[in-house]
Amino acid sequence: MKNYVIRRLLQIIPVFLGILFILFFIIDKAPGSIVSNIMDPTMTPELKAALLEKLDPNLPFYQKFWNWLVQAAHGNFGYSSKHFKPVIDVIGENIGVTFALSLTALIIAMLIGIPAGIISATKQYSAIDNFLTVFSLLGLALPTFFAGLLMLKVFAVELKWFPTFGFISASNINADFWTKLGDHAYHLILPALVLGLAETASFMRYTRSSMLEVIRSDYIRTARAKGLAEKVVIYKHAFRNAMIPIVTLLGFRIPGLISGALMTETIFSLPGVGKLSVEAVNNRNYPLLIGINAMLTLTTLFATLIADILYAAVDPRIKFD
Amino acid sequence: MTELSRDEVIRKSTKEDSYWRGVWRRLKQNKLAMISLFILILIVGACIFVPMFSKYSMYEVIAADANQPPSAKHLLGTDKIGRDLFVRLFYGGRVSLGIAIAVTVLETIIGVVLGSMAGFFGGIVDTIISRISEMFMCFPFLMICITLQAIFGTSIMTLITILAVLSWPSIARIVRGQILSLREMDYMEACRALGISNKRQIFKHLFPNVLAYIIVYVTLSMASVILTETSLSFLGLGVSMPTPTWGNLIQEARNLLVLQKKWWYWIPPGSAIFLTILCFNILGDGLRDAIDPKMQK
Repeated sequence: MKNYVIRRLLQIIPVFLGILFILFFIIDKAPGSIVSNIMDPTMTPELKAALLEKLDPNLPFYQKFWNWLVQAAHGNFGYSSKHFKPVIDVIGENIGVTFALSLTALIIAMLIGIPAGIISATKQYSAIDNFLTVFSLLGLALPTFFAGLLMLKVFAVELKWFPTFGFISASNINADFWTKLGDHAYHLILPALVLGLAETASFMRYTRSSMLEVIRSDYIRTARAKGLAEKVVIYKHAFRNAMIPIVTLLGFRIPGLISGALMTETIFSLPGVGKLSVEAVNNRNYPLLIGINAMLTLTTLFATLIADILYAAVDPRIKFD
Repeated sequence: MTELSRDEVIRKSTKEDSYWRGVWRRLKQNKLAMISLFILILIVGACIFVPMFSKYSMYEVIAADANQPPSAKHLLGTDKIGRDLFVRLFYGGRVSLGIAIAVTVLETIIGVVLGSMAGFFGGIVDTIISRISEMFMCFPFLMICITLQAIFGTSIMTLITILAVLSWPSIARIVRGQILSLREMDYMEACRALGISNKRQIFKHLFPNVLAYIIVYVTLSMASVILTETSLSFLGLGVSMPTPTWGNLIQEARNLLVLQKKWWYWIPPGSAIFLTILCFNILGDGLRDAIDPKMQK
């Protein structure tokens, strides 16, 4: 197990470096070099000097890449041209919202999607199964941005249950910590629901098909034959094995979840990584863009790794080799 | 020589026709899939013909009619500078569907060629292609699209190229996996023993067996490309105005006033995207079941 995890971690390094290299290569070749775009006339002189040294346009490509890598390794990912700050700080200020949004959405999706999938599978072809199947088909086809706008229209504009845009109400800007936190949570409900319901559909679909496969297997027939209660058969015997593919789904959904979070943030004007990246594009803030890409790539790589480890952990039949 | 011999007739009808005929027969039994196919044909037809026969053109500004709700004159109302939204909806559909078709064709060609090379030749070729495809799959897709669009500008051609270059690994992996398992089958063993050329092995003996999977993939890919393109255009990073797509038509609704009062700006294009993706998904699932009942997820 330990060796497996170490080997997988080591495998991440070349893939990550390769992706960084491609990214840096493309951005370096972009019309308007990386430096000319960083050089904001209002920049402080120290920052300018530091940048010139690090990202001199006349340096050979590999040298620039190396300088950037060294900066990244020191943990600051270069400087953001707009914020006069290391990229990592700018991302750090914005990642909290994205993280909170994605996590809440994931919890909603699991709490609704998995039970619904089980019910759907145990009552295959019943009215409730048909209803849930149709729901998940519709959910998978509804683009996040359209779902977000519809929810905004119904719950924020018409019913006025939730605020429309932003992360804090104007009246609470100077309030104490707990009031602010409560207000943030209130602003997050609707976006999290939008993202969560979109994810619910895919969790439901996977749980259903996974459960259906398990329910047909021989050991479930045996469990029924020896007279166990149906509840015990389903939740104790079938569900445990059906969870295995769902655990991996968890890892593979994370990149999609982040993309969804980026879209949702933009719709609801939440100050997260999604909004940050759209701004970065509009300002041609390339160092920030590479930084965000690097961070999301790393997240994806680790999510896949965790999915694989979890997969092996929940299924003793899988051997590490 | 025009008459086919009896053997040839049998071979033709059993080998080529009946397989796809069987697929069609099974697909026809799937009512939902057939309805989806019908709706898709309607949508495509409308996107082709409505802009052709409408009395308004998509860029035409009728300032006197600006900001009007749907009426007999303008079936879906007009936007803030007086363009007819009914025409723009279907013209946007042309752009969105056109991009989806172009991307799907391109990524399928790249993916099938690389995937079959990896599967057929194995060894170092397989290793290189597989590593590259793994790397591409780890890209944060939406974010990379945004970055590349920022660098190369928001033209339709760059969008198509970016999406195709980023999406080929999934079909490549499907094709590779299929060819790997087919390669070990007895009939392929026989092909090799008979000394059939690589080219013939690939096109005559492997490709027809993978084709079904490719068709299913193409259908489902249409849905996901439409989703990506409209998402990017919605963010203002895909196709830019004044060229309408379903995505950037909805962009108008990021304005609170539009959201409050002007449903005709954004509900029709949103519903069009939703309906199209839904139909492609259902048709794709239906095709998968019809092509190979064992292939169900």
